[in-house]
Amino acid sequence: MNATALLSAAKDGILTGAVYALMATGLTLIFGVMDIINLAQGTFVVLAAYLSYALQVHWHIDLFVGLLITTPAMFIIGVVIERVFIARLKGPDRTGMSILVTYAVWLLIEGTLDLVFSSNDVQLQGWYVPKSFTVGAIHFGYIYVAGFILAALLLGALYFMLYRTRFGVSVRASLADQTSAALVGIDVKRVSTITFGLGAAVTAAGGMIYGATNAFNASSSYDLISRLLTIIVLGGMGSLGGALLAGILMVFVGDIVGVIWSPVWSTTAYFVVLVLVLLWRPQGLFGKTQARVA
Amino acid sequence: MSPMVAHRFPLGGFMKRRRGFLRVLSLSSVATASVLTAVVSSNAGASSGGLAKGAPVKIGISLSLSGDFSADGQAFKQGYELWATDVNKAGGLLGHKVQLDIVSDASSPTQVVTNYQKLISVNHDNLTFGPFSSLLSLPAAKTAARYGYALIEGAGGAPSVFQAGLNNLFDVSLPVSGDLLPFAKWVTSLPKAQRPKTVAYVTSNDPFTEPQVTSIQSMLTKAGIKMVYNKVFPAEVTDYTSIADSVAAAKADVVVLGSVDVPTVSSFMQAFEQSGYNPKAMIATGGPDQGTTFLKAVGAKNANGVMVPNAWYGASANPLSKKMVAEYIAKYGGTPAGIPSDVVEAYSVGEVMAQAVKATGGFNNAAIIKYLHSNVTMTSAQGPVKFNNLGENVNPTAFTFQWQGTKFVQVNPIGDPNTVKILYPKPVWGK
Repeated sequence: MNATALLSAAKDGILTGAVYALMATGLTLIFGVMDIINLAQGTFVVLAAYLSYALQVHWHIDLFVGLLITTPAMFIIGVVIERVFIARLKGPDRTGMSILVTYAVWLLIEGTLDLVFSSNDVQLQGWYVPKSFTVGAIHFGYIYVAGFILAALLLGALYFMLYRTRFGVSVRASLADQTSAALVGIDVKRVSTITFGLGAAVTAAGGMIYGATNAFNASSSYDLISRLLTIIVLGGMGSLGGALLAGILMVFVGDIVGVIWSPVWSTTAYFVVLVLVLLWRPQGLFGKTQARVA
Repeated sequence: MSPMVAHRFPLGGFMKRRRGFLRVLSLSSVATASVLTAVVSSNAGASSGGLAKGAPVKIGISLSLSGDFSADGQAFKQGYELWATDVNKAGGLLGHKVQLDIVSDASSPTQVVTNYQKLISVNHDNLTFGPFSSLLSLPAAKTAARYGYALIEGAGGAPSVFQAGLNNLFDVSLPVSGDLLPFAKWVTSLPKAQRPKTVAYVTSNDPFTEPQVTSIQSMLTKAGIKMVYNKVFPAEVTDYTSIADSVAAAKADVVVLGSVDVPTVSSFMQAFEQSGYNPKAMIATGGPDQGTTFLKAVGAKNANGVMVPNAWYGASANPLSKKMVAEYIAKYGGTPAGIPSDVVEAYSVGEVMAQAVKATGGFNNAAIIKYLHSNVTMTSAQGPVKFNNLGENVNPTAFTFQWQGTKFVQVNPIGDPNTVKILYPKPVWGK
């Protein structure tokens, strides 16, 4: 182990962690506003990767240009899923039921992808995917840097939308207390539908980066969802900033431990951090207990 | 007994409760044993070779149709189905049409146990074939053993599988511990000036990969090849960049990667390329053998020079293999090099079972197990099959294959007539 290896691991942790945060953003946004635990988030990532793949293979559309199509497509898919499956959930068991319903959605999407694309692994290609630039002795993969920038831009845009727009006020009001929000004239149903769509839409970029850096198939979501759930638990369910910090922390801790000690302990180290944080702050780093009680 | 314990459990009451508990336990044991006996004897009656005329012979199989091993599971399904179609075209097994009863285990070692219990005790399948991977084959074989069923499998060759000492387990493929030996022999046979000086070992903590990677370490060390990196990573890793960067930083001449699937290998290759690291030789235990799936994932130019150990490849001269390859291409398209080795591993399972059924004249699992342990040599698309007392196939030859352009060629063992010259040093990525 040397300083270069440590710096390289730190770089990997920050760049890759931001992409994980991007993938988890939809999950935390949907839970924050709707109290819905979207188990299908991992398969949304894979679906987004397949959409980019289809555009690339069939229409030779560049991965980044393709985001102009896949992002609205994912929004529409999210809206349809919310209307067909999620909006029907009522009553006090809504959150619990959402786990079952979104699991069903997960299986439905996975099965469809498997039928359409087969179970063979595929990977998104682009001239820039294997390329890198060097700063000192550290190599920066273009695709990871692009992923980090995309994550920063999209999370920034979401933050702007939540805190600087009228719709954001409606979302935050719904997040704090749905009943009170409805009483002051906010169309909570509409807010929920759009939020679910937005949660799916931001996954388009995360899915594209994921598909360019990993070979994947319809079943790749199994490993992803456990990571994404732990990110939003650590960051605080419903918190965008928390998702970003937790995503980076998860990969950063794992990578540093992998270099100093052994990759075998990477996951364990992250979970130790998770447990310690939850002992200190059961609501996660930026979670608000008040909102959840309401 | 300490006073405190005596206080909490007065002896008389405890003994009474204990006797009551024992009575319940013995009654439930008798009931369980009766049910198991009924299940096994009903199966024994059905599988004695006396299936009703026209009745199909049902073969229970658990496969990873989703989850981590889904790509391999689907390829296994193709192999089993290809074999079943062949057998049925030829009139079936002893005149009984083969009916595959395939259920998905989602790549879970827990689910695989439930599946085989159901296949045997509820579905009353006559025979069982194995799942994909050593991780799942062992619990599957243990479950089948409880019912006296033979479990013939094609992808469970890890030492830990055989060390369990199961009498009913038979692996038709190459035991994994010997997979990398031809590669190691080739490396050590190189003239000193050409011989690599350093090696990096990095492997998933999987029963399929770890034994392979560790098996050649002492051999290469004795040949003066210095180990500069040796780490194990968890199988559930979703991002390999940091691990691959560490390997790249070690700048070893040779990389030995213990991988199960295409995503692992492609991630390492991409990270190596991004780091500007190009080893002189790279061999991965699994992934490059997945034909066009591997080529498409990594790009044909990047695949150039990458090696993988195996016992079979699409251009094999074995007539049984040629027949299977032709049928596969007729059904699924593609080229011989593009056929995943999973397909032939599954197909061979069927071939071996068919010979055992024919030789024993029925579907009695005890007779089949006895026959398979009788040192008989059978044939398969992968080559001859003969089992030792652990259920390992002692006959197959370990080969090393290499991607040379879009061709998947045999480069080891040295001296074999089908062996072509190895591409060494490996070309730069993308060239």
